[in-house]
Amino acid sequence: MTTALAAARTPGRSGAWLVALPVALFIGVLLLWPVATVLHAALADGRGGLTLVHLRAFFSLSIMREAFVNSLVVALGAVALASAIAVPLAYLTARFAFRGAALVQTLGVLPLIMPPFVGAVAMQLLFGRNGSVNLLLNDAFGIRIPFMEGLYGVIFVEGLHYFPFILLNLVASMRNIDGAMEEAAQNLGSHGFRLFRRVVFPLALPGFVAGASLVFVKVFDDLGTPLVLNVTNMLAPQAYLRITSVGLEDPVGYVIAMIMVVFSILALWVSARITQGRDFATLSRGGAATRRRPLAGWRAFAAYAWVLLVLALVLSPHLGILLMSVSRVWSFSVLPEGYTLAHYAVVLTDSAGMIGNTLLYCSLAALIDVVLGVAIAWLLLRTALPGRRWLDWGASAALAIPGIVLAIGYLRAFRGVELPFGWGAFTASWLAIMLAYAVRRLPYAVRACVAALEQVHASLEEAAQSLGANRWRTVRRIVVPLMAGGILAGFVTSFITAAVELSATILLVTRESQAPLSYGIYLYNQSIATRGPAAALGVIAVAIVALGTFLSHRLLERRSAAMSSAET
Amino acid sequence: MPASPRRAPFVLRASLCAVALALPLAAAAETITVITSFPKELTAAYKKAFEAKYPNDKLEILNKNTAAGIAFVREQPVGSRPEVFWASAPDAFEVLSSSKLLQKADVANPAVPAKIGSYPINDPEGMYYGQALAGYGIMWNTRYLAANKLPEPREWADLVKPEYFSHLAISSPSRSGTTHLTVETILQGEGWHKGWAQMLQISGNCAAITERSFGVPDGVANGQYGIGLVIDFFGLAAKNSGMPVEFVYPSVTSIVPANIALVAGSKSPEAGRRFIQYALSDEGQQLLLDKQISRLPVLPATYEKAPPGYPNPFAGKIQAKVNFDSSLSESRYYVVRALYDQLVTFRHKELAAATKAIHDAQKRLGGRSSPQLDEARRLAYTPPIDEKQAADKALEAVFKADKKDADASRRRAQVEEEWGSRAKANYAKAIELANAAK
Repeated sequence: MTTALAAARTPGRSGAWLVALPVALFIGVLLLWPVATVLHAALADGRGGLTLVHLRAFFSLSIMREAFVNSLVVALGAVALASAIAVPLAYLTARFAFRGAALVQTLGVLPLIMPPFVGAVAMQLLFGRNGSVNLLLNDAFGIRIPFMEGLYGVIFVEGLHYFPFILLNLVASMRNIDGAMEEAAQNLGSHGFRLFRRVVFPLALPGFVAGASLVFVKVFDDLGTPLVLNVTNMLAPQAYLRITSVGLEDPVGYVIAMIMVVFSILALWVSARITQGRDFATLSRGGAATRRRPLAGWRAFAAYAWVLLVLALVLSPHLGILLMSVSRVWSFSVLPEGYTLAHYAVVLTDSAGMIGNTLLYCSLAALIDVVLGVAIAWLLLRTALPGRRWLDWGASAALAIPGIVLAIGYLRAFRGVELPFGWGAFTASWLAIMLAYAVRRLPYAVRACVAALEQVHASLEEAAQSLGANRWRTVRRIVVPLMAGGILAGFVTSFITAAVELSATILLVTRESQAPLSYGIYLYNQSIATRGPAAALGVIAVAIVALGTFLSHRLLERRSAAMSSAET
Repeated sequence: MPASPRRAPFVLRASLCAVALALPLAAAAETITVITSFPKELTAAYKKAFEAKYPNDKLEILNKNTAAGIAFVREQPVGSRPEVFWASAPDAFEVLSSSKLLQKADVANPAVPAKIGSYPINDPEGMYYGQALAGYGIMWNTRYLAANKLPEPREWADLVKPEYFSHLAISSPSRSGTTHLTVETILQGEGWHKGWAQMLQISGNCAAITERSFGVPDGVANGQYGIGLVIDFFGLAAKNSGMPVEFVYPSVTSIVPANIALVAGSKSPEAGRRFIQYALSDEGQQLLLDKQISRLPVLPATYEKAPPGYPNPFAGKIQAKVNFDSSLSESRYYVVRALYDQLVTFRHKELAAATKAIHDAQKRLGGRSSPQLDEARRLAYTPPIDEKQAADKALEAVFKADKKDADASRRRAQVEEEWGSRAKANYAKAIELANAAK
């Protein structure tokens, strides 16, 4: 019906084309072409043909085989750890009347405000070989748990950060299960774990898979965490090291990039397949709202204990960097000794520019994203332009492209491209960083804008047009104001996720004066004298992001409140 | 994408023009771009001091590890290269110099002595200058040692003792240029066979072979490891910044310069010269004494301003017994790296297990000699090739060869496989023998 409506009101083709063309150009030049050059470099034989020689060379290097296996192990390990944390929490919140549920909801936003690489160093001090926890354990029981040894450390940090993706998806899909199903199972005598294993979990599987594949992709692509934890025998760090030290001509770097893209796409495809391929439909959605069972006695106690333990773990990196940022010396002791604000002074005098850069790049990138997002939403929902779906898919494709691959693509595709007015090479300028952010975060803005435009009824625009407003005026005065909430949400999401992006940044930053915050955190972490400044920058980044998240929540709440009051 | 790769830059240029128009014009001051692997506190100190002295110059730091720095210089077109290259590893400057990427700066400070030990501080051809000195040594966490009731080490030889088992950390020479220098120093100081035996025993005592050289001082400073083999400024800077660590130069150490050089084909070579001259001046050298930097100046006079107890290699405070022979090091550079990886990095679990078994047997025997134990030691701690074989040009060539040379890479894989599997078998046998020793 929407199509019929849209077709009926199709504006002049030329208008739609005028909007579609720049959007397509942006996606084509800044996303598809760089990625295509990377794939081509991995497969080219240098004489214009294609070859698998480089792929074979990759697998003939023992360090690469090791890196490949390690990356898979870490990604799967993180999924397993994240599931172990998230599944019980999801079950608790979705099926039991339980006051801790509100706490669990808060857990869901925490990883958004701090990426794993920021907290990783603090985790070393808390959970390392002689970190706070192990010192206490050793004192009390004479044991140490190797949380942070090598790959375990990466799995631990990443699993702890990304489990909310599984939690949120799982809770959503558990809520959609028809309560009758579970009641039927209970009537037939199924209880407890059996009920969960045979009925609830299989029905909620799509949500689980969606979350798990996201975790897999995120961990598989992550460059910052292994680097900060001094682990380099994984694919992302190897790609980074190959490209930066062997040089842009090294085919092995491109092969790694290609493998990373293939696995990202594979994971997302599997998730799409599993979600669509089987019939999970239940008779009535969310049905007669599944009865929440009360929790009492030792069960309630166990539930609270679990939630509090997870909460403590999730908060530990946050607490850790906060402590590090104000500590004088923290070594081989449970807590730091001596507190100081000097690290903040260092950061604010030496690196205020980095904070400014982050604000500049991220606002520009988010601005580009919402402009493109509105354009794509409009093309998608209000025009019958052939191939408009492709724009949406093209923009969303950025989800499957690891940041490091995009950056490698920029370095190769735009090599030798000079900016006008003597501003030097494009890849050495901050424009490259900013545009990479815009491309990487575009899918979020597009989703937000499409959702917002879907809620604006077309009749409002028709009314405006029949009152004599031209199309541009209609968009400016009616559509955009009505979409404002969604646009804002898209802007904030793009902004805050770009503010803590490291994998593309680290390859594209060529000079310190153009470096954003995330790079500063990485740089200050390389200091032997003190990592306080790195932690201080981390705290500032978290504060910026948390403020953004809070503001957007407030604005969205106010908007929905306003809307519901308008309806009544 | 309809655009061919050849055309795309123009498309891009057109689309970027609009954005570019909005950019503010950069000020016309002279910018000196410095590529360096040095940490932020060092570069920040030089930037601040230099810009205060020359207000018209702007120092732009590009922080890259040494290998990435070389790649970066090489890939920049003439005319837009950075001005200055500043890093630790002397071999990096040899590579740059032989690739004609350096030019003479002619700003040597005459007060800098010609040699430290027998090692020339400045490049004899004048392409690069020593800007600071660095020695290698042992760093430990005092709290860690106290908590584990371990004695403080003084010499490399101390580190092979059973009580240090699983308390040490080292990086791999293939991943870190400074570790390579440490390993080579021990090999030159102790001789090939004894040196390898010592390296293998020390590595067997390690809790970890870290992926990056920085992982070692970092792990020691925050107490994850007890003792690490590090370059001096890591230990000294951590100590002077208040970390509970100590650092000592063992007698088998060498002092080599960290260098600075003017890159050929840069935008403003004159300004680049100005910075190098500043870095070599007394003023610039004094910055090295900062607590968080703690490097050894190349200018003897600067040590007069140093705090008491500051190590002074010119006053015999550091007994560097080894006269580092860089041409010997270069002749077997790749062989040593590959050997270490095959014997230690990739087989660390097995080596550590063998070392543990040998320690246990030694304790069980209570000092009695045992032919099985001797054999176990011999198997575990003998390198598969001797010094002459290591210096074989043909062998080095196999490792040095272009990756595209299929023949060489096959040969290389074969050699590595041979070393690796032999080491693995030897470690297994050593465990067996040590367990059976009586």
